[in-house]
Amino acid sequence: MAAGAVQPLNPLRWLALPALACAGGALIFAAPLEALGLRLPEPIFALVPAFAWAIIRPSILAPFVLLVLGLFQDLLWGNPLGLWPLALLAAYGLTSLARPALSGQSFWTLWAWYLAAVTAAFALAAGLTWLMAGEAPDLLGLSLQGGVTSLLFPLAWRLIDAFEDADIRFK
Amino acid sequence: MKPPLAWLAVAALAVALIAAIAIFVADRRGAPLFPAASEVREKFDSVMGPVEGVVSAPAHWAREGVNAASAYVMAGSQNRKLKAELAETRFYGDQLNSLRDENARLRALLGVRTDPPLPMVGARTVVDARGPLSNTRLADVGADQGVMEGNPVLSEHGLVGRVIGVAPSMSRILLLTDVDSRVPVLLARTNARAILTGDGGPSPKLAYLRTHDAPQVGDRVLTSGDGGVIPRGLPVGTVVQSLEGWRVALDCDSAPIDFVRILLFRDFSQLLAPGAIAPKTLPPLSTAPPSPAAQAPAAQTPAVKAPVAKIPKAEVPVTQSAPARAASSDP
Repeated sequence: MAAGAVQPLNPLRWLALPALACAGGALIFAAPLEALGLRLPEPIFALVPAFAWAIIRPSILAPFVLLVLGLFQDLLWGNPLGLWPLALLAAYGLTSLARPALSGQSFWTLWAWYLAAVTAAFALAAGLTWLMAGEAPDLLGLSLQGGVTSLLFPLAWRLIDAFEDADIRFK
Repeated sequence: MKPPLAWLAVAALAVALIAAIAIFVADRRGAPLFPAASEVREKFDSVMGPVEGVVSAPAHWAREGVNAASAYVMAGSQNRKLKAELAETRFYGDQLNSLRDENARLRALLGVRTDPPLPMVGARTVVDARGPLSNTRLADVGADQGVMEGNPVLSEHGLVGRVIGVAPSMSRILLLTDVDSRVPVLLARTNARAILTGDGGPSPKLAYLRTHDAPQVGDRVLTSGDGGVIPRGLPVGTVVQSLEGWRVALDCDSAPIDFVRILLFRDFSQLLAPGAIAPKTLPPLSTAPPSPAAQAPAAQTPAVKAPVAKIPKAEVPVTQSAPARAASSDP
């Protein structure tokens, strides 16, 4: 783990601020902007804290914050309510299960695990959409959105780096 | 004894998962089990529209600035291009006038009813969801401007989608590319019908294509008007071929969908004069008086059932439902 100044585990700092940042990022990237025929990518910012929170420590609040973040995402994009909460909680749950093996791992190892969590979340969201709409979502579009989301891992790394050592009970 | 935090965290995750599953099952798009969901969506859209308008305003200004600068720099070449286009348009203009005159005379000769122009409202899109799982936009007009669910939405180039949610001052547009979008279309060359089916990609599929003539790349695709949700003849795009079959390159993709027009179209009855499809006043259905010939045998042999009197054909009210007639008047 990089040698950064460890911050105290204040729920406002490790839960609320990242959640607000994710909501803000989703809002900015939902603007209808287009230049030279290209539009802004649309990553799922909320997958960053979903992965990081699960590694930092077990939490009672984190799943509910993810539920609210997912509902915000669904309302913003016009998805069926509950689609992204389920996907985010699935990624959070799977990462929580693997937490004993992930704690203290290197940047690249964690990135690979983050990629697995993103894949699981997208697979669940795409499967549910397929089930509800009766039409399989475009695989290329899924890959692009998943790829852009996986590029956000350095943000998750920063969050983990800042708070992982804050609560020694879960080391 | 206080339970360990790890257990409580697992319990919290389980509760959140159950809540998410319950919300997902209860809010099926098109058939919400709890009506509060649509109210929440309306309120969210009403709040989010102005917020997103502010968030995207700097980018809009920047783009307008870039457009103005490029128009200034490119003025010479644009002038040459526009002159060439004008010369071409003059030729087509003469043809258009001639054809319009001929068309009007033929319509008058045949007694074909032409559709009145549909009212529409202009709008600016402020939120753009464009992932593979949802393709919707938020437009800054709503029920206060007469927008209703189901109204078709067009850009300057062609059909964009339809309205799926309306708040007082905002409306949610489901784009043709959304995985939930289904629009009946026809191929202009062969009149073949198909269902334009979105899958989150840029070019929706042509599903359930029924035709003897195989489509060709470049065939024009228009709305067919089948089902009465969207009027017939709106431009949609052109046929392209992909590995999985026929798809449509959308006309509306040729420019950014910043500004849209929402057609205030409800159904085909809107195209008729008021009362034109009201049920006709028909004579009441009454049983004809029994004929003496039928009465006599019945009186002599009461055990035998009397024959059922036939109702004259002219008195049978032949009714046709208003929607069916409206559909049959599909222009």
